[in-house]
Amino acid sequence: MSVNSRRRTLAVVALAAVTALGGLAACSKKNEEAKPGEIKLVVDHFGEFGYDELVKQYEASHPGIKIEIRKTAQLNDYRPLLVRYLATQKGAGDVVALEEGIISEFKSNPANWVDLTPYVGDKRSEYLPWKYDIGKTSEGKLLALPTDVGGLGVCYRKDLFKAAGLPEDREAVSKLWPSWDQFIQVGKDYRAKTGKGLLDSVTTAFSASLSQTGGDLFYDKDFNIVADKSAAVKTAWDLALKLADNGVTAKTRTWSDEWQAGFQQGTFAATLCPSWMLGIVEQNSGAGNKGKWDLAAVPGGGGNWGGSFLAVPTQSKHPKEAAELAAFLTSAEGQVAAFKAKGPLPSNLKALDNPDFQAYKNAYFSDAPVGKIFGEGAKTLKPGIIGPKHQAIKERAFEPQLQAYEAGQLDAATAWANAIKDAKTQGAV
Amino acid sequence: MTQQQTGGAHGATGQLSHLDSRGTPRTANHGGPRFRKRERLSRLDVKYSPYLYVAPFFILFAAFGLYPVLMTGWMSFTDWNLIGDWKFIGLENYANLMKDEYFWNAVRNTLAIFLIATIPQLLLALLLAEMLNRGIRARTFFRMIIFVPNITSLAAVAIVFGLFFRRDFGAINWLLDFVGIGPIDWRRETWGSWVALATMIDWRWTGYNALIILAAMQAIPRDLYESASLDGAGRWRQFTSITLPSLRPTLMFVIIVSTIGGWQLFVEPLVFNSGSGAILGGTQRQFQTVAMYMFERGFSDLRFGYGAAIGFALFAIIVVASMFNFLLVRRTVRE
Repeated sequence: MSVNSRRRTLAVVALAAVTALGGLAACSKKNEEAKPGEIKLVVDHFGEFGYDELVKQYEASHPGIKIEIRKTAQLNDYRPLLVRYLATQKGAGDVVALEEGIISEFKSNPANWVDLTPYVGDKRSEYLPWKYDIGKTSEGKLLALPTDVGGLGVCYRKDLFKAAGLPEDREAVSKLWPSWDQFIQVGKDYRAKTGKGLLDSVTTAFSASLSQTGGDLFYDKDFNIVADKSAAVKTAWDLALKLADNGVTAKTRTWSDEWQAGFQQGTFAATLCPSWMLGIVEQNSGAGNKGKWDLAAVPGGGGNWGGSFLAVPTQSKHPKEAAELAAFLTSAEGQVAAFKAKGPLPSNLKALDNPDFQAYKNAYFSDAPVGKIFGEGAKTLKPGIIGPKHQAIKERAFEPQLQAYEAGQLDAATAWANAIKDAKTQGAV
Repeated sequence: MTQQQTGGAHGATGQLSHLDSRGTPRTANHGGPRFRKRERLSRLDVKYSPYLYVAPFFILFAAFGLYPVLMTGWMSFTDWNLIGDWKFIGLENYANLMKDEYFWNAVRNTLAIFLIATIPQLLLALLLAEMLNRGIRARTFFRMIIFVPNITSLAAVAIVFGLFFRRDFGAINWLLDFVGIGPIDWRRETWGSWVALATMIDWRWTGYNALIILAAMQAIPRDLYESASLDGAGRWRQFTSITLPSLRPTLMFVIIVSTIGGWQLFVEPLVFNSGSGAILGGTQRQFQTVAMYMFERGFSDLRFGYGAAIGFALFAIIVVASMFNFLLVRRTVRE
């Protein structure tokens, strides 16, 4: 390399460096930019919360407030983002969604969150009490307002049911499977007729069954890991094995590309649907499959799977406005609108009593009376205990082992031993 | 600074003659007192401005390279979830790491994928370079075309290959079906997943390495080949006795860069395995690489101290592996 070209390289490097620095400076300036007299609030959430129309309405009724919604498709990608925002004290939205599986973990450092009580008051009487209490710390600070709970149903494809000689009508389908054993029988019939799996995967049934038993799940109330002793875990595990043994599932791993594509391609004909899943089924199936899906009752009784909260990080520059927005989004009016848009089941008692909610039919799901189906059991839902690493234990200790068993890679005893061992390491706080 | 300026005059001659040998125009060393000031300024310029020119790189490197490295080193001695309190625990993370079967599993996977990917890749790159070095038609076109995979977005590559290697409706399984091989579940079989990932890596990097090797090949003097031909050496003899030895420094570079890239493998296996447990690299961690394991323990479990320790272990592995490959090339390809 000649001296000249070395010089030139240096110059290029220096130029690049200066440009990069300039770029960074420009970026940080842009972020802080807000029109005079205008407050910009950012809402961070994962999946589908149904807030797109609601915030437009809020902007219209609150001049001077601009709202931006930042969606992350999956909770798994959302959580590390949130951790980064909190760790660096920079970048988090003014209102952020916390799912029940991760809220304990984030609550464990209350300094990150604004106590909402001074802004919104005590609202315990307005919500399902157990749900509201999850948003509070042991010292009584209110860190998060409840959005939705996850009442259960079964989403099924009418066209595929018909092709397999099964009834199409939701009442008749619900009557096919009051219990899980009957559900397995339907799965066996479906396999015999079509050669395909009825249900998407063992893991959706595992999650649903966990929530149906309730009580201690992976943790007891003092947050000790009791996965090896918990009745709910054992029941759900045994159900999952039975589903796999009888060929009821299509062996698609939940949230994988194959699973998402499976909704369109008809790889499976049913999936367990907590109410928030309706929006995801719709998203994955696409507009072309409108009217092919319907919603039936869940075998084995009601349960609460998932559901979220809204919190305000202390790094927000507008905690008052953010808290008011969170209160609006979780109000009866907000929850009914969100339910209509994307399906999350209200946790606000007034919303559950709202005639609009109760009468609501979901056009995508063949006009199924989703308000009535989910609403009926909502007030009697039994909460399970959700410990700090609930999500991690479920997704990284139990589900992989179940998937491996389903694929025939492991025997039941090994899979169980692996799951228990991983639960201990994954669950350690 | 003042001290350096006054002391500058003393060492000026040595400094200037040194610069002179590098081709810098010699500063006029004589003239009246009114030139003295300019002279001193220009001497200062010659002496210090190079540091100024390189400063931006080093400032950026300190901020975005050195600081994170030091910080990670510090973190690896702590138990820290990054959103709450931390405590200093000394070498405990490293002690645990040595006993961690999932860490060793990740090391094994990364090494296996690296070997399956790199060996055919370098042979293929050599072959491609050798072919492009001959007088074939549309040489420039081919040289450009083999580089295209490298500038394709990594996520796009992973998604497309992910589709090829799908269990249901995947193109590869469809082709395998023709030759009578049953469908392979590429994300569940250990070897299947390794081969799929190696294919992805090779598609992306073979052309890049071929171009670097080609450039080195073109620097080999033609008359060496001519005299070899006169001495009756065949193509193969010419390749092993002239081409390969001349390529030694280049091969060294290519192999070491591949080693570093191979050990840091992250995006391909992560995107290849979508779904909620994607970071595990398969239900039984069949293809979880060290970088993925680091991410899992750090960002998924919020055990950033442990994650940092994995990061430093990975660094150590890369240093050892690079040294090993360096020695390997030096011994096997003789100059």
